[in-house]
Amino acid sequence: MSKFKKKRKGMPAINTASLPDIVFMLLFFFMVTTVMRETDLKIKKPQLPKADQVKKLEKKSLVSYIYVGKSKDGTPGDKIQLNDRISSVKDIKSFIFSERSSHSEGEIPLLTTSIKADLNVNVGTITDIKIELRDVNALKINYSTLKGSALDNMNK
Amino acid sequence: MARRESPEINAGSMADIAFLLLIFFLVTTTMDTDTGISRKLPEKPDPNFVPPILKEKNVFEVNVNRRNEILVEGEIYMQIADLREAAAKFIDNGGGTAENLAKENLTVCSWCKGDKDPASSDHPKKAIISLQSDRGTSYATYIAVQNELVGAYTDLRNKYANDKFGRDFKDLTGEQQKVIKKDIYPQIISEAEPTK
Repeated sequence: MSKFKKKRKGMPAINTASLPDIVFMLLFFFMVTTVMRETDLKIKKPQLPKADQVKKLEKKSLVSYIYVGKSKDGTPGDKIQLNDRISSVKDIKSFIFSERSSHSEGEIPLLTTSIKADLNVNVGTITDIKIELRDVNALKINYSTLKGSALDNMNK
Repeated sequence: MARRESPEINAGSMADIAFLLLIFFLVTTTMDTDTGISRKLPEKPDPNFVPPILKEKNVFEVNVNRRNEILVEGEIYMQIADLREAAAKFIDNGGGTAENLAKENLTVCSWCKGDKDPASSDHPKKAIISLQSDRGTSYATYIAVQNELVGAYTDLRNKYANDKFGRDFKDLTGEQQKVIKKDIYPQIISEAEPTK
């Protein structure tokens, strides 16, 4: 047999040695961008209304959230959740003050309150919240909505 | 004595572990961009504050009752789909005469495309949309109405921006946007206390 037997050539295997590196890179990206939900919802997850005249909330750190919806155990009436417990309208003032205390003086006028309210809550509840917010001069608010046609809201 | 070489750790499964973690973070990650309708609440009124007297023709009244029906200008029941057009028509009316507007340091609205109906709003800067809802109105309707009213302004601003600068309002520079927001079509939506 000749020493120079022609080697049979197959497809060369792709070198996968750098695959872990690529995966790690993606992994780190998602680890950094992921935000774990800080607050557990104590109320039923609000089904947000849809609207198309929406703006993005830019700075997450400047936003405080008020959840409004129905309670999980079916007690009637609209429930308000601040941080991680169900509260009453009167607690909103202290909630805003505690949110403010964690920000610097200059950021206070930029603080936005996002109201995440369910489709079926009453406007009265929202108005009560707004009056409380106005009393403590937290004037920037945002009605959290999904993107979509506002006309769809009515059919539910 | 046979010298043992320290065995190499098999790194072949490293990729699998990394994949597992990757998939975990992929699933848990929520890139939820929070969107919503931004509004600014009015400041707390001074007790001695006397509200300015408004001409009725400059106010576009929208009432929403507890059955989620919409009443416009105190007489027309309207479907929500028609609200945007009606509001835009009201804002863009521009029916004021030069001498009347001059008293309030305004000039005739030259960019208004409306009917110039003397019984409707004088000028976009004078046109006020007043929204009153009931405590029992559903939030869905309330948001839809707000959305349509804001939408009316957006439509008008876009139309103006397209005529003047050839692009949409949101693509204009900050300075141009400011001028439109302040002098061309300022957004004046006032909310009355809801009825009980």
